[in-house]
Amino acid sequence: MAETHSLQDLRQAAVASKVFVQRDYASGTICKFQTKFPAELESRIDKQQFEETMQTLNNLYAEAEKLGGRSYLEGCLACLTAYTIFLCMETHYEKVLKKIAKYIQEQNEKIFAPLGLLLTDPIERGLRVVEITIFEDRSIGSR
Amino acid sequence: MKNREYQQIDPQALATPTPTPPPRPLPEHELKPKRARRKWEVFPGKNRFYCDGRIIVARQSGVLPLTLGLILLTSGLFFVFDCPFLVKHLTSCIPAIGGVLFVFVVISLFQTSFTDPGILPRATPEEAADIEKQIDNPTGSSSSYRPPPRTKEVIINQQVVKLKYCFTCKIFRPPRTSHCSLCDNCVERFDHHCPWVGNCVGKRNYRFFYTFVVSLSFLTAFIFGCVTTHLALRSQGGNGLVFALQASPASALELVVCFFSVWSILGLSGFHTYLVAANLTTNEDIKGSWSGKSGNEDVGNPYSYNSMIKNCCSVLCGPMPPSLIDRRGFVPSDDSVQTSPVEVELPAAKNDINMCTHGTKGLLETASRSPLLTSSCPQAKPQAAPAVLEPLPEVTPSPALEPAKTTAGRQSTSTPHKHHSHHRSKGKQASHHTHKTSNSSPRPHHSHSSRRKDSKNRDPKFSSLR
Repeated sequence: MAETHSLQDLRQAAVASKVFVQRDYASGTICKFQTKFPAELESRIDKQQFEETMQTLNNLYAEAEKLGGRSYLEGCLACLTAYTIFLCMETHYEKVLKKIAKYIQEQNEKIFAPLGLLLTDPIERGLRVVEITIFEDRSIGSR
Repeated sequence: MKNREYQQIDPQALATPTPTPPPRPLPEHELKPKRARRKWEVFPGKNRFYCDGRIIVARQSGVLPLTLGLILLTSGLFFVFDCPFLVKHLTSCIPAIGGVLFVFVVISLFQTSFTDPGILPRATPEEAADIEKQIDNPTGSSSSYRPPPRTKEVIINQQVVKLKYCFTCKIFRPPRTSHCSLCDNCVERFDHHCPWVGNCVGKRNYRFFYTFVVSLSFLTAFIFGCVTTHLALRSQGGNGLVFALQASPASALELVVCFFSVWSILGLSGFHTYLVAANLTTNEDIKGSWSGKSGNEDVGNPYSYNSMIKNCCSVLCGPMPPSLIDRRGFVPSDDSVQTSPVEVELPAAKNDINMCTHGTKGLLETASRSPLLTSSCPQAKPQAAPAVLEPLPEVTPSPALEPAKTTAGRQSTSTPHKHHSHHRSKGKQASHHTHKTSNSSPRPHHSHSSRRKDSKNRDPKFSSLR
């Protein structure tokens, strides 16, 4: 059996286990995930690759939550319009979330799916964890 | 899989009218073509949703109708009875300013009440099982007493912060997150549950709440000032105050309402301005988390930027975080069977005595079972499905309604939690005044003194509950 899978193939495969990467609260309440490499993924993916993905995700979330001129402007404008502007406009955070969703999909297609892994967007888990689903690799056999 | 087999049967049933329904031992509503359900319909917390999930309120609306009624009544009387006189004798700016303030108050009130305060969705069964695995519990075998609450320590800004495990939501609560027993949700940056707005005040709606309180204090003070001016002008022509009151009785009512509310609301806005400048929440302030109460001078607020302006900007003008509960998203048809394991687990898990033994076993079981159901693999065991689907009819109506669960037991001991809510009692100043005199608290807001006492008594209970 081929070792590489496409994203479509993964839907047919059986789930072997799930790994959860928890939040890292050392910098406060900002959204940041631990970049420590989980032991269960050792045989599946390169440590460097994984850490790079997590670091990019963390950077994107930091960009969403950044306190800067742009967010203050948005906040002040919203306050002046009694926050009704949130009903019509998409916030900066939401725009970055869309970027993150696209990034995760790209990563899944290019890197994770061929290795039999699937990254779940943290927003679907309430920004609590990054869920990595490990699929059974038929060539290796079930865990 | 099961779902696909259904879809094969339905078109056949339509094409050739077969009198016998498909012989399935499954509940009635599963046979109908699936109406895709939105996530708010299966939400496990005690919230109510309107407008197809666009509006979220707490289970009990508290005194929100009273708040709204008082604001509308007082403002209405002001515009109808006082404004004409004042426009004639003073300036027409008065109704304009009043109007702007009124609009701000009402809009921010609705936004505070109807916005998701920052509810954290509960853990999926696999997540919960993963966390349980990471926690060693050697005393799990003794079923007679409840094990100590699980905590995790984290260092934030050179401060040790304890993260507590939430037994209801099955997660380790992020810092500054607290579980509201009235709404049965963990709320991020939990400030307090406000009965006046009928909702929790948390990360996402704190700025609306602050705007509401500040604009309401301006509005109340403005109306109070205008009504006083009105009565003063009327009684000037040698007629006396009594004549003025007789000529405009509505003003008397407005005066009474405003007089009693302006103190508490002004006090509240002052208090919240202090909290915003210090980047604190009411919850932290009451518990004295960062005030160094145990003689530990190194304790300071790790979340503060140590600059009042930066604190204000980050709390009020920071980026608006998204709602994490995705109320209007559709429940995926694969996951609709997964919601039932979640519901089935909750009664077992909430039974305190069996928490460790059954909870862990059950979670690991469902975690291993549910992946088989979610994957479209034809090898999924069909006999697992009916066992899971069977509880559905009794379980799915319950999330929205939830008359009584075992948490009721816990809640009865934690009803003092309600004291956390702000008592902006417009008509009950007397009781608060006595509290203030007996406790001589330096805080501007009266009811804090009573709450401080409560929190000290309650802390041991809390540690055993949570």
